[in-house]
Amino acid sequence: MESSFNWLNPFAAVDLGIGAWADGIKQWAISNREMIQPIKRFFDGVIVGIEGALQAVPPMVMLAILGLIAWQTAGRRAVWVVVACLAILGFLAPEAWGLAMTTLAIVISSVILCVLIGLPMGVLAGKSDRFEGAIRPVLDTMQTIPAFVYLVPVVMMIGIGNVSGVIVTIIFALPPLVRLTSLGIRGVNPAVVEAARAFGATPGQILRKVELPLATPTILAGLNQTIMLSLSMVVIASMISVKGLGNEVLRAMGRLDAGKAIVGGLGIVMLAIVLDRITQGLGRSGRDRGHKPWWQTGPVGVIAHLLGKTN
Amino acid sequence: MVEPRREDVIRCEGIWKIFGDKAQQAMEAVRKDGLSKREIHDRFDCVVGVQDASFSVGRGEIFCIMGLSGSGKSTLIRHINRLIEPTSGNVIIEGQNVNAMNPRELRALRAEKIGMVFQSMALMPHRTVRDNVVFSLEVRGVSEAKRAEVAARAIAAVDLTGWENRYPDELSGGMQQRVGLARAIAADPTILLMDEPFSALDPLIRRQLQGTFMELSAELHKTTVFITHDLDEAIRIGDRIAIMKDGVLVQIGTPEEIVTRPADAYVAEFVAGISKLDLVTAARIMQPLGQYEQENGPQDHAAWPVAKPGDKLNELVDLAVNTDHPILIAAEGQPVGVVSKRALLRGIQGREEGKAA
Ligand SMILES: Nc1ncnc2c1ncn2[C@@H]1O[C@H](COP(=O)(O)OP(=O)(O)OP(=O)(O)O)[C@@H](O)[C@H]1O
Ligand SMILES: [Mg+2]
Repeated sequence: MESSFNWLNPFAAVDLGIGAWADGIKQWAISNREMIQPIKRFFDGVIVGIEGALQAVPPMVMLAILGLIAWQTAGRRAVWVVVACLAILGFLAPEAWGLAMTTLAIVISSVILCVLIGLPMGVLAGKSDRFEGAIRPVLDTMQTIPAFVYLVPVVMMIGIGNVSGVIVTIIFALPPLVRLTSLGIRGVNPAVVEAARAFGATPGQILRKVELPLATPTILAGLNQTIMLSLSMVVIASMISVKGLGNEVLRAMGRLDAGKAIVGGLGIVMLAIVLDRITQGLGRSGRDRGHKPWWQTGPVGVIAHLLGKTN
Repeated sequence: MVEPRREDVIRCEGIWKIFGDKAQQAMEAVRKDGLSKREIHDRFDCVVGVQDASFSVGRGEIFCIMGLSGSGKSTLIRHINRLIEPTSGNVIIEGQNVNAMNPRELRALRAEKIGMVFQSMALMPHRTVRDNVVFSLEVRGVSEAKRAEVAARAIAAVDLTGWENRYPDELSGGMQQRVGLARAIAADPTILLMDEPFSALDPLIRRQLQGTFMELSAELHKTTVFITHDLDEAIRIGDRIAIMKDGVLVQIGTPEEIVTRPADAYVAEFVAGISKLDLVTAARIMQPLGQYEQENGPQDHAAWPVAKPGDKLNELVDLAVNTDHPILIAAEGQPVGVVSKRALLRGIQGREEGKAA
């Protein structure tokens, strides 16, 4: 070793054993699989439950529900885009609707977990420069590291299936929510926060009554990004045996089956447009909506209005 | 002037605020060596915001702090409700040391005893006028019904009835600051802190709001610290005025004292353009009757116009234009002094007879 050391190329002679170290973690994960199984079964149950519920709703009813949701969140004009995209999705192939619901279940599960993890992290990052500094490189890593790198250890630890799919999706889709939540909190007018302090609000009240409401449009923009990124992970997730539209694309690649590829690919795009439309509308500020609270607009507003009349 | 025995509501004792990472070390150095502002900046890279400010405000008094931009007015007023921690010194409100309070006591003080109005209004854009106004009650957990009642009263006091359910961005600047005023008085606090509340408004609206504020303060009798960079405003509103320059309170006194006896060249320059007509009293420019008779011989003042010592120059001018006699100043029927035409004209100029340059 000593003799072959070359100052011009020191790297060849030094082996820090990072690969072996990572492999050791993998071994540890394999030998501790038993511990992880109950957690895995719980989450799998949740995902299967969501999927079951989505599959149980007849497609036309689901179409109507999503249309109404779009009306509520984004206004009447979004309804037609959403209905048209869902119709195209349904007509792509007889099995396309069912596959889309499976994919939707995975996306919903991932996004729920992203919110549960990302929102508190984002708030913390918005409040503390030190925390923001610490997680920034982590978030960069999560967004740029190729998914194949963590696909293997995740599968080793948890095994193939929905839960692993959700985890790899979260790794990729979480960062924008954290970043934009932090940005939103930092963007709140400090004079308004000072006024809240001057009138005796606790730090918790300032967060709930001032900072979060004022940061909401930015946070929802982050949520929209997170949903889009979750959807973009479905093909990679299908490599570890996640069913749905992504799996169609993967199988089409294996067999050079252009028909399947179109069904899977267009299906994902249609689903993306639908989810984008629904969530983009959420970010509009109160002023754009004419300062009406959400329960006075959209279908809920109509129903409330009718109920108000009959009373 | 005879000061009635007064009770101090706010007392600031030797407030220093030094901004910067080495503020404590800079403070030590100031105590030991009495460094100047510039030396502190050069040696410790710290900015001095407030330098040894001491003053007290009596119950019901309106205390104006006047100074140019960057003189440290906002920094000083934020010490009173401890939005800013002093580097040294204490604030005492009704006998309680604000700087010794724990967070819970401090929040109670802010919500219940102190109302604040900001130059930038700082209304919450996502809350209606009503929800803005009763914010301090909401954070204290006051019931919905009580809040509605208080909001209605405070909003009526600033003439905004009918606008309760609007949002701040639907209101004009003047109306927004009325909301700010309503928010400050909603909890019926003892103290009002006003940081240049009307500076961002155009002159007409500013006049109007000053009027609203003075009516309110005459009615509610709140102890008020009022910041402004407009000396006219300070004179119109303030019972006493403090002049601030580069973080130092250079002079504290009644408007009349400030205008007639500026403490230094800086204050003198400020007050030079101010009309003395409605500020200076006869007592300030009169010559004692005995002295006048010594100089001019015994006088028959039966035909002279008579004024009281507290009358302003403006009223003396009204009396003087109708006669060639001097004006007799009488307190409770007893003649005490004389204002000659010469003294009156000098008084309008802002100089005292005899000391004329
Ligand atoms: N957080 C801070 N950090 C460093 N310096 C500060 C800070 N806050 C204020 N200062 C400095 O303190 C000085 C006084 O500022 P302050 O805002 O109190 O002035 P002001 O009299 O209220 O001015 P204005 O009329 O413009 O509101 C300024 O020189 C300012 O730069
Ligand atoms: Mg200021």
